[in-house]
Amino acid sequence: MGQKITIEPVTRVEGHGKVTIHIDNNGNVTQTRLHIVEFRGFERFVQGRPYWEAPVLVQRLCGICPVSHHLAAAKALDVIVGAGTGEGLTPAGEKMRRLMHYGQIFQSHSLHFFHLASPDLLFGIDADPQKRNVLSLALENKELAVQGVMMRKFGQEIIEATAGKKIHGTGAIPGGINKHLSSFHKKRFLEGDSPMNIKTMIEWSVAALEFFHDYHEKNKNIIDEFVEFPSSYLSLVRKDGALDLYHGVLRAKDQDGNIILHDVDYQDYLKYIDEEVRNWSYMKFPYLKEYGKETGWYTVGPLARLNNVDFIDTPLAQKEFEKFKFYNNGKLSHRPMHSHWARLIEILHSAEKMEELLNDPDLMEGPLTKKGKKQSEGVGLLEAPRGTLFHHYKINSYDQIEMCNLIVSTTNNNQPMNNAVNQVAVKMMTGKEEISEAMMNAVEVAIRAYDPCLSCATHALGQMPLEISLFKGDQLIDKKQNR
Amino acid sequence: MIRNKIAEMRNNFPRILVYGYGNPGRQDDALGILLAEAIDIWARENNISRLETDQNYQLNIEDADKIAHYDLVIFADASVEDIDSFQIDEVVPDTKIDFTMHSVTPSFVVGLCHEVFTGKTKVYQLQIKGYEWEFMNSITRNAENNLISAIAFLKKFILKKINSEN
Repeated sequence: MGQKITIEPVTRVEGHGKVTIHIDNNGNVTQTRLHIVEFRGFERFVQGRPYWEAPVLVQRLCGICPVSHHLAAAKALDVIVGAGTGEGLTPAGEKMRRLMHYGQIFQSHSLHFFHLASPDLLFGIDADPQKRNVLSLALENKELAVQGVMMRKFGQEIIEATAGKKIHGTGAIPGGINKHLSSFHKKRFLEGDSPMNIKTMIEWSVAALEFFHDYHEKNKNIIDEFVEFPSSYLSLVRKDGALDLYHGVLRAKDQDGNIILHDVDYQDYLKYIDEEVRNWSYMKFPYLKEYGKETGWYTVGPLARLNNVDFIDTPLAQKEFEKFKFYNNGKLSHRPMHSHWARLIEILHSAEKMEELLNDPDLMEGPLTKKGKKQSEGVGLLEAPRGTLFHHYKINSYDQIEMCNLIVSTTNNNQPMNNAVNQVAVKMMTGKEEISEAMMNAVEVAIRAYDPCLSCATHALGQMPLEISLFKGDQLIDKKQNR
Repeated sequence: MIRNKIAEMRNNFPRILVYGYGNPGRQDDALGILLAEAIDIWARENNISRLETDQNYQLNIEDADKIAHYDLVIFADASVEDIDSFQIDEVVPDTKIDFTMHSVTPSFVVGLCHEVFTGKTKVYQLQIKGYEWEFMNSITRNAENNLISAIAFLKKFILKKINSEN
C-alpha cells in the first residue's frame, strides 16, 4: 500500500491550496498534487449584466491584478463594439492603455522580486521562514528594500494616473480610454524629484539585474539546479516576434524550441486550447488540443515569454535578453527559477516602455475612442504579470453578457506548478516519512517562482493558505501547515 | 460649533490619515472603504484640512512610505473576527509572516515603515465586523449598523486626538 503526504499552507501564496504527496512502502514518491480547494463562480456572476460594465466588474475578482482584468475585458469589448482587436484603437486609446499595463507589470514584478523572491535568494531556501521576508531584507540591505517599495509605488501611481483611481479604475472603456494623460502627470513621471521619476526607475531596474547577476554567479545551485523539467511555452508575441505584453498573436513552442502554435489570432483560441477538469482540484488544466490532455500542457509567464520571443524592442532590455539567451546556449530555459531573471528583464523593459510612452504626444491629444459595427462576441488577451490572461464574452440582443469564460494566468500554469512541486517532493521526500522544514520551504519556493494568484484563479476571497500532508495509502502519516 | 473649533485649531493638529481598504465589490468587504469615504466628507464639511483619507484593495509595501508622511494613521478594514460591532487597537510593528503573497498586514506595514523610513507614525487599526462576502455591491444591514457606530466613534476619536495636541 502506498503513502500520501499533504502540505498546506504555502506562506505568501493567495488562495487555498493543498499539496498531497503519495509515497509507496519503499519510500518512493509515486504522485504529487497541488490541489485548489476554493471556488467562486465569477463567470456566472457577470451573466445578465450590461456588457459595458465588464471592465469594472471583473476587478472584483481580486485586488491583486485588477488592472490586467480591467484591460483584458476592455480588449474583448473592443471587438464587441467593432473597434478592432487591440490594433484598431485610436493612438491615444491604445497608448494610454499600454502605459497603464506597463505600470501594472512594473509594480507587480517589483513586488514579487523585492518582496518575495529576494528574501528567499538572500537568506537561502533553508533559512528560518521568519527571516525570509522583506523586513529582514531591510535589515540586511536597506537600499534594496527601499528601492522595492518605491518602484512598486511608482507603478501604482502610473496606474492611478491612467485608470483614474486605485480601486475599480474606469480608464479603459469599450473602444478606448476615457481620458488623456494630464500634463501634471507627464511632468511628474518624467521630471519628478528623485526617486519618483522614470530615469531613476530605469537605473534601479538595471541595478536589480546587476544584483541578480552577482547572486546567480555565486548561487548557481539555487538558480540553475533547484528545479528543472521540460515544458512547452505559450505567450503572446508581437507579429514581428518582439516581446509585447499588451497585444499580439498566440505562439507556443515545444520543449525543444519548435514552434507548435504558429502566431495565431487569439480570437480563435478555442480552436487551439481546451481546459480539463480533474476531480481533485477546482482549478482547471488548460492544454493545446492538438497535443492532447497528457502532453499538451504548457507554461505561461515571464519565462515563457522570453523563451518564445525573438527579440525585445527596447535597448537595455534587449541587451539583457541577449545575455539570457547566451547563458542558455540559445535554447529554451526549463528552469523555473530563471523566471526571476526573466521577470527582472521585463521590469527593465516596462520601465523603458513607460519612458517611451511618457514622451509620446499621442497620450495627451486626439480622439479617445473608436467604434464600428457591433459584434455579439469578443475575446481579449494580454500578458498579465503572471502570464497569458484570456477574457471571452458573448452578449445577447439586449446588450447583456450571456457567456463569460476566463482563463487566468495561474490556471494556465496549473500543470507546471504541479510538476515543480512533484520534482521537489521526489528530491526531498524520497525515503522519508516526515515533512521537514526544508521541504516546506522548498515547496513554497518552487510554487512562488510562478508568482501564482490562487484567489484570482479560483475566484476565492481573502487569505487562504496551503498545507502539505503525507499519506501511506489512506493513512495520514504527517501533516504540516505554514507558519 | 465643531466646525469653528476645528477651523480654529487646524493649523496646529497633526497630519492624520484614515486609510480604508477592502474590495468594495464583495459586500461587507467594503466597510473600510465606506468608512474612509464618510470621514472624507466629514473632514471637508468641517474644513479639517490636515485630516486626509485614502483607500485601496489591500495594504502593501508602498504603504510603509505613505504612512511615514503622517503623525497618526487609522487603518480601517472589514473583519471576520469575533468582535463587537467594531474594535480599535494600536498597531504594533511585527515581523511575523502572516501575510499572503500580494498583501501585508497593518503590523507589517508599520514594521517596514519603522525599519526603512521612520518610527514616529502612530498607527491604529479599526476593525468593523462584516458578515457576507459575495460578489455584490451593497453591504448587509448588520454591517451598515456597525459602520454607523464605527464612524461616530472615529469622529470622536479624531477630535480627541486633535484636542490632546492643543
